[in-house]
Amino acid sequence: MIQNRLTKLFQTSQQNILTIYFTAGFPQLRDTQRILEALEQSGADIIEIGMPFSDPIADGEVIQMSNQQALENGMTIAKMFEQIANFRQKIKIPVLLMGYLNPVLQFGMERFCQTAAQVGIDGFILPDLPLNEYLSDYKSLWDAHNLSNVFLITPQTPESRIRMIDEVSEGFIYAVSTSSTTGKTSAISASQTAYFARLQALNLKNPFLIGFGISDKASFRQACTHARGAIIGSAFIKMLQNSQDLPVDIANFVQKIKS
Amino acid sequence: MIYTVNEAGYYGKFGGAYIPEMLYPNVEELRERYLDIINEPAFQQEFQELLHDYVGRPSPLYFAKRLSDLYNTKIYLKREDLNHTGAHKINNTIGQVLLAKRLGKQKIIAETGAGQHGVATATVCALMGLECIVYMGEIDIARQRPNVERMKMLGAKVVPATSGSRTLKDATNEAMRHWINNPTDTHYIIGSVVGPHPYPDMVARFQSVISAEIKQQLQTKEGRDYPDYVIACVGGGSNAAGAFYHFLDNQKVGLIGAEAGGLGIDSGKSAATLALGKIGILHGSKTVLMQTTDGQVVEPHSISAGLDYPGIGPLHAHLSDTQRGQFYSITDDEAMRAGLLVSRTEGIIPAIETAHAFAILTKKTFQVNDVVVICLSGRGDKDLDTYVNYQY
Ligand SMILES: Cc1ncc(COP(=O)(O)O)c(C=O)c1O
Repeated sequence: MIQNRLTKLFQTSQQNILTIYFTAGFPQLRDTQRILEALEQSGADIIEIGMPFSDPIADGEVIQMSNQQALENGMTIAKMFEQIANFRQKIKIPVLLMGYLNPVLQFGMERFCQTAAQVGIDGFILPDLPLNEYLSDYKSLWDAHNLSNVFLITPQTPESRIRMIDEVSEGFIYAVSTSSTTGKTSAISASQTAYFARLQALNLKNPFLIGFGISDKASFRQACTHARGAIIGSAFIKMLQNSQDLPVDIANFVQKIKS
Repeated sequence: MIYTVNEAGYYGKFGGAYIPEMLYPNVEELRERYLDIINEPAFQQEFQELLHDYVGRPSPLYFAKRLSDLYNTKIYLKREDLNHTGAHKINNTIGQVLLAKRLGKQKIIAETGAGQHGVATATVCALMGLECIVYMGEIDIARQRPNVERMKMLGAKVVPATSGSRTLKDATNEAMRHWINNPTDTHYIIGSVVGPHPYPDMVARFQSVISAEIKQQLQTKEGRDYPDYVIACVGGGSNAAGAFYHFLDNQKVGLIGAEAGGLGIDSGKSAATLALGKIGILHGSKTVLMQTTDGQVVEPHSISAGLDYPGIGPLHAHLSDTQRGQFYSITDDEAMRAGLLVSRTEGIIPAIETAHAFAILTKKTFQVNDVVVICLSGRGDKDLDTYVNYQY
């Protein structure tokens, strides 16, 4: 059993858990800390810090753009860790790192886990890390550092695999709302509702949060009727891109969704 | 040493399936079924018939006398350029489209660099009456215009990839995104021995007809069923994989690959993956790739759109790692000169990709009695503009 801010959150807080994704180093290289603080202050429940990659194949245009801009700004995993070295002095909510496997491997998996645990990260989302490889090569390392690993599932994921993922997860399961790249927004359809109901009926030991295509209060509310909470990424990035005053705009964005 | 893929999808330490969950069901379905489908007698019959009657196989193994005299060795050319659509790519697209039909898929997507794989995919989709979308980098659309027109005439939709280096890598990203967004009715025909397992093995199997024929043809021409060397150009590595396949375990056969050196490996404008890369993960596969120390993929350069890729198939990464294969990097200039020389010496205009393989003849000296087979992977019609405008 691992224990961290994430597992604690799900033990205490029950509903409407708002998770926000942003890309480290976007819009400006040094915005990371400011965005973290503004998110905590305005009432976000979980934060995912995206580590930019040159070839984000699971992402739509908006997050592709933020990745590219962050890389042009000079963001690296090492720089990100420098920027968040002392973030736990102010930020108390669970924070996860999300990104593609290659930059993490080049940084070094052991060093990555150690540094993450040291600065106060609670877990990882690495969508292209195979389940088998996580179990054989990394799980004991994650566990030793009290780091959660969050797996994705989609409407096409068979029940046997969902159960396997549930078995090895501690924290939550990331339920992708529809098989798509990030940033596709459309109203939640009947088939999606059926998929969420199917998930609920499985009585998994882990809670699930719904992500991909959640963009505003309406879609967040709707997702929350089927799950413990939801995850917003592209819509938040789009707001950051157009923002003249990050703290104010972030507060408005979060309050509008939570109100 | 084992050179074929293992149960888990690896060649030594390379390979695997590093894909987001959204791709998992499709890739897993392929992994579970590809061998059974390929081994069905009815599949094999349909595949072989199409290769024979539609593609025009077997492709000739031609003794290139004047080239042999010039380099003082025995050079044979495996004439994949004479296949329908003008390159080896169609061997794979025929195989994959037959497989896609058996999986019940109605739509086909593909990426393409030089446009040869795109044309070969558009062709088999026309043949089978399937919808076809091809992703192609904006830069490649400009430099391989004739192939873009061919794809359109064949009824395919060509979608420009406008991100990153706007070449093959980015076209592959877009095709993968399309597949994520269309998870049930679409098959992705990858054009080389790259991507998540089982693609590298599946594509190598479809291309292995090249070396199967070389064996038979050499038996007739040389009285033995293997050469001393096989030479092929390597982008992702599918024509090389096909030409090497039946010789992988025969240590008497030297396997030589030609990578695209671009303006030179130290120029910062190169696509010589094995010379410049290190182990990493791209497009679902653990392989050697050109990347920064932070793990960001480096934008490659080559005059040849088909070799302009920062990765390489995991089989070739393994052949290089174990020194079973020898890989040379060939600059743009060396390739262009070799292409011109082959045109004037043998009356064959090779694709610029293939011209890289011919440039090996200037890099390595062979014995008079060596039997050297060069995989002539494609013809150069698509490259006329580049050949004509090049400052030799
Ligand atoms: C004629 C020809 N040869 C070679 C290649 C490179 O691909 P591969 O390395 O998969 O054979 C291409 C790719 O477009 C091609 O058109």
